[in-house]
Amino acid sequence: MEFTCKTSKEIGGMGHSLKRREDDRFIQGKGNYVDDVKLPGMLYMDIVRSPYAYAKIKSINTEKALAIDGVITVITGKDLEEHNLHWMPTFLSDTQMVLPTDTVMYQAQEVACVIATSRYIAADAVEAVEVDYEPMKPVMDPHKALDPDAPVLRTDKEGKKDNHIYHWENGDREKTEEVFKNADVVVKEQIYLPRIHVASIETCGCVADYQTATKKMTVYMTTQAPHAVRTVVALVAGHVGLSEERIRIISPDLGGGFGGKVPIYPGYIVAITATFLIGKPVKWIEDRTENLQADSFARDYDMTCELAATKEGKIQAFRIKTLADMGYTDGSANPSKYPAGMFSICTGSYDYSTAFAEVDAVYTNKPPGGIAYRCSFRVTEAAHAIERMVDILAQKIGKDPAELRMENFIKKDQFPYKSALGWEYDSGDYHAGLEKAMNMIGYDELRKEQVEKRAKGEYMGIGICTFTEIVGAGPSKDFDILGLKMFDSAEIRVHPTGKAIARFGTKSQGQGHETTYAQIIAEELGIPAEHITIEEGDTDTAPYGLGTYASRSIATAGAAAAIAARKLRDKARKIAAYLLEVSEEDLEWEPGKFSVKGAPEKSKTIQELVFAAYTNYPPGMEGGFEAVHYYDPPNLTFPSGAYICVVDIDGKTGAIKVRRFVAIDDCGNIINPMIVQGQIHGGLTQGIAPAMYEELIYDDEGNILNGSFMDYLVPTAVESPKWETDHVVTPSPHHPLGAKGVAESPTVGAPPAIVNAIVDALSPLGVTHVEIPVTPYKVWKILKEKGVVD
Amino acid sequence: MKKEVTINVNGTSYTEEVEPRLLLVHFIRENLELTGTHIGCDTSHCGACTILLNGDSVKSCTIFTVQADGAEIATVEGMMQDGKYHPLQEAFKEYHGLQCGFCTPGMLMRAIDFLKHNPDPTEEEIRWGISSNLCRCTGYNNIVIAIEKAAEKMREVEVETVA
Repeated sequence: MEFTCKTSKEIGGMGHSLKRREDDRFIQGKGNYVDDVKLPGMLYMDIVRSPYAYAKIKSINTEKALAIDGVITVITGKDLEEHNLHWMPTFLSDTQMVLPTDTVMYQAQEVACVIATSRYIAADAVEAVEVDYEPMKPVMDPHKALDPDAPVLRTDKEGKKDNHIYHWENGDREKTEEVFKNADVVVKEQIYLPRIHVASIETCGCVADYQTATKKMTVYMTTQAPHAVRTVVALVAGHVGLSEERIRIISPDLGGGFGGKVPIYPGYIVAITATFLIGKPVKWIEDRTENLQADSFARDYDMTCELAATKEGKIQAFRIKTLADMGYTDGSANPSKYPAGMFSICTGSYDYSTAFAEVDAVYTNKPPGGIAYRCSFRVTEAAHAIERMVDILAQKIGKDPAELRMENFIKKDQFPYKSALGWEYDSGDYHAGLEKAMNMIGYDELRKEQVEKRAKGEYMGIGICTFTEIVGAGPSKDFDILGLKMFDSAEIRVHPTGKAIARFGTKSQGQGHETTYAQIIAEELGIPAEHITIEEGDTDTAPYGLGTYASRSIATAGAAAAIAARKLRDKARKIAAYLLEVSEEDLEWEPGKFSVKGAPEKSKTIQELVFAAYTNYPPGMEGGFEAVHYYDPPNLTFPSGAYICVVDIDGKTGAIKVRRFVAIDDCGNIINPMIVQGQIHGGLTQGIAPAMYEELIYDDEGNILNGSFMDYLVPTAVESPKWETDHVVTPSPHHPLGAKGVAESPTVGAPPAIVNAIVDALSPLGVTHVEIPVTPYKVWKILKEKGVVD
Repeated sequence: MKKEVTINVNGTSYTEEVEPRLLLVHFIRENLELTGTHIGCDTSHCGACTILLNGDSVKSCTIFTVQADGAEIATVEGMMQDGKYHPLQEAFKEYHGLQCGFCTPGMLMRAIDFLKHNPDPTEEEIRWGISSNLCRCTGYNNIVIAIEKAAEKMREVEVETVA
C-alpha cells in the first residue's frame, strides 16, 4: 500500500519531498556547531591521557605545566575527589571514573585536564604534565577475563570477585535443546563482530559556562540526549549546588551522532567542574585520535549461533550464546531492563516458535564499550547472526537462499506476530519486499550469470538479507534509562497570525527533524510547513524527552507532534463551531479548514481559527493556541528490509567489488521520501563500513593499533557503491501516522547481505563463513589456503 | 616570535601577527571568525577543513598560516555572489547532498576545484575526485548527483567563482 499525500504541496504535509530548511545555513557555512561557540573570556581545556592500558599512577607532577605562561590550572582525580566528583554513573547504572585517583584502566583514559588561555598553550601544558606510571599486564581477551586467575579489574566495586558483569537470557532453554536434539539438520557457526567506532565527522566537545552571579550553568554540548544529560549532571553535581533548574544543556548543530554522542564522557564533566571552580567559560574539543581511542565503542560480540531445521529447510529453532566485551565499564545507554538491548530480535523475519538467547558480559582493559553504531541496541548483532545462519543453512541443504527465506517468512496475515522471544511484531510483508528486491536486481538472470562465471573459474556472489528491526523505544511499562521513562515529547505554540513554533525532546544530528516535524504538524493542522519553526536541544525551552537514537524520534516525538496537533485541531473545531454557529458534529475537516457539512461556502481556515483563539474565542474557553504531548508508545515498531548485493571477487588478489546493491525498506508510512532515501543511503555506507573496512584492533599490551583516520578506514565515495533503493509500505497499526522509523535499518541490513554475497562467491571452494571486516587480504588468504593462488 | 602575515580571504585582505605554528584552519576559524571551515581530524584525512588556496583545494589543517602569507584564500562563506547561491550550493540543497552539514563546506570547496579541472566528469571521476573528503551521513549517492547536476549548470552558464 503506497501512501498518498492528503495535503497540497503548499501545505507540505506527509509524503512531500520538501527541501530541507536546515540546508541554507549549512551550505553557507553558517551552522552553529559546538566548536563554533565562542564566549568572552573563554578558556580551553586539553587532556592528559594514559599511554598504558592498565597501570598504577604513582605520581602526577603538574609543576612544569603550571609554570607555562597562560596555564590557569591542572585538574587531577585527586582534585575532583575533594569535591566528590571523581566518579559518575553510566546510563546503564554502571560507574566510571571521571579522572583516576590511583589506577588507569584503558589506553587513552583521561588522567588529568589542563585549563589554559588558548588551545595551543593547553596542548603545550599537556606535554609538560609528568605522570609516573607503574604498568600492569592488561586483560585484553574477553575469554581470558573469566579465567579464575585473571586479575579482578573493578576492585572499586565492593566484593567483586571476577570480571563478569551480567548474564542475560531469554527464551526456553530446555525446549530449544529438545528441538535441536530431534532436528534433521543443525548448523552452527562462531560469528564475531569486532569493535567499531561511529566516527561522526564532528568529534565530541563542549563549552561549559558557569555564571557566578546568577549561579547558572550553561553547557553547549555534543549530545543526542540533552535532557537526560541535564538530569545526570544534577544527580552527580547536585551536592555542590548545581541543582537541575540551574543547569541548561544546549545541544547545538551536531556533526553526526550515530550513538557516539549519547554517553557522558569524562571530558564534559571536567569542563563543567572547571568552569564551576574558575567562573569562566571552558571549551573542550577532542581531536580525532582522542575520539577514536577513548570514546565509547560498539559491538565486540562473540556469538555462537545454531539453527535447527527440517531436511526441507523449515526452520525449527534458533540458539545463540554470546560473550560481550564491554571494556572497562558498561558504557551502554540501553533501557535498564535490557542489558543486552534488543538482542532478542535475533529470531529474525521467520516463523518458528522456539529459541534461546543468552549473553554474558565481561570487563576488560579496553575503553568503555556497548554503545550503538547507528543501531537500536544490539539489533545489528542480532540480524547478522540470524541472516548469516539462514544462508549457512541454505548452503548446507543445497537450497537457494531466496527460496529458503520465502518458505520460512512470517506471512503478512500473521501480523501482529508474537516472536519466539516474546516481541509483538506490528506489521510487515516480507514476501513482497524480497520479491520486489529480486525483480529490481534481476535475481534469476544473476543466478544464470553466476553459473556461467563459475564454469570459467570466476568468483561472483549474490547475497541476501531480509531483516526485521525493533526500534522506537519505548513503552513506559518496560522502557526506562536510569529510571526515566522513554516517552518523548512535542510542544506546539501557534502565534496569532497562524505561524507556529514547535519544540521537541529529541535532537537531530543530520536526520532533518526541522523539516520532517514541520511536515507532521502541517499534515495535522494544515498550516504550511514553511511557517512552522522547529527547535530542539535546549533544555530550558524544550519539553522533556530522552533524545534521538535507536531510530526513536519519529516513533515517539513524531507521534507526540501528531497528537499535540490533533489536540489543537479539536480546539480549532470548537472555535469554528462557535464562529459559524453550528454544532461541532456539523463540521468537517480538510487540511487547513473546517467547513459546514453540506454548506462548504461556510468555512473557517485554520489561520482564522488561530487568530480567533487570541481575539474572539467562546466564553469559558482558555485563550491562546498551544498544546503539548508526551507520547508513550504502546509498542515498539518493527521496520524490515530485503537487501540483495552482488559482488565480484578477483581470484588472484582477493579484491572485492560490490557491483550492485538493492535495498527495499519497509519503514511504514513515509513523511519525507527524499529524507528517508538519504537516510537509507547513509546507513548503507555505514553498513559496508564494518562489513569490509572498519575494525578497531588492539595488541596484547592494550595498545590500539589503528586509532586514527590513517588506518581506521571510513569509506570514501570510491568504496561506497551506488545504492539502489525502493520501498514496500506496511503502516504501523499502533503509530498515529503509521510510521516506523528508518535511519538504522540500512546499517543493520547491509553487512549480512555483503558477507552473504562474499561467502556465496567463495562457496565453490567450500567456504561457509568469513568474519567481518572482509578484507581483500582475508579473501586472498582463503584463496591461498584453497590452492587457488600460490 | 610572532610573524606578520597578509592574507586575502574571500576578497578581503587581513594583516595579522601570528605565531609561526598557528595552523591555517585556526587562523580562519578563530582569528577571522569564519567558522564555516570545519575540523574533523588531525591527520588530513577527512577534508572537512578544505579551502581554496590560490585557487587550489587544500586541507587547511595541515598548513601553517605563515605559509599562506600573500595568498588568496576562499572559504565556503565566499561562495555566494550577489546574494545568490553558487550552482554547487544550490545542487547540494536540491538533491539532498548533505545531512548533518559538517563535511559540506569542505566538500563544496573540493568540488569547485575538481570541476575547474574536470568540468564534464563521469560518476566514477566524481567519486575519485571527492575521495579526499569523508562524509559519514549521506552515503555519497546524492553528493555525486549534486556535483553532476551543478557541473551541467556550470557548463551552461559562466559562473562567478570564488578566488
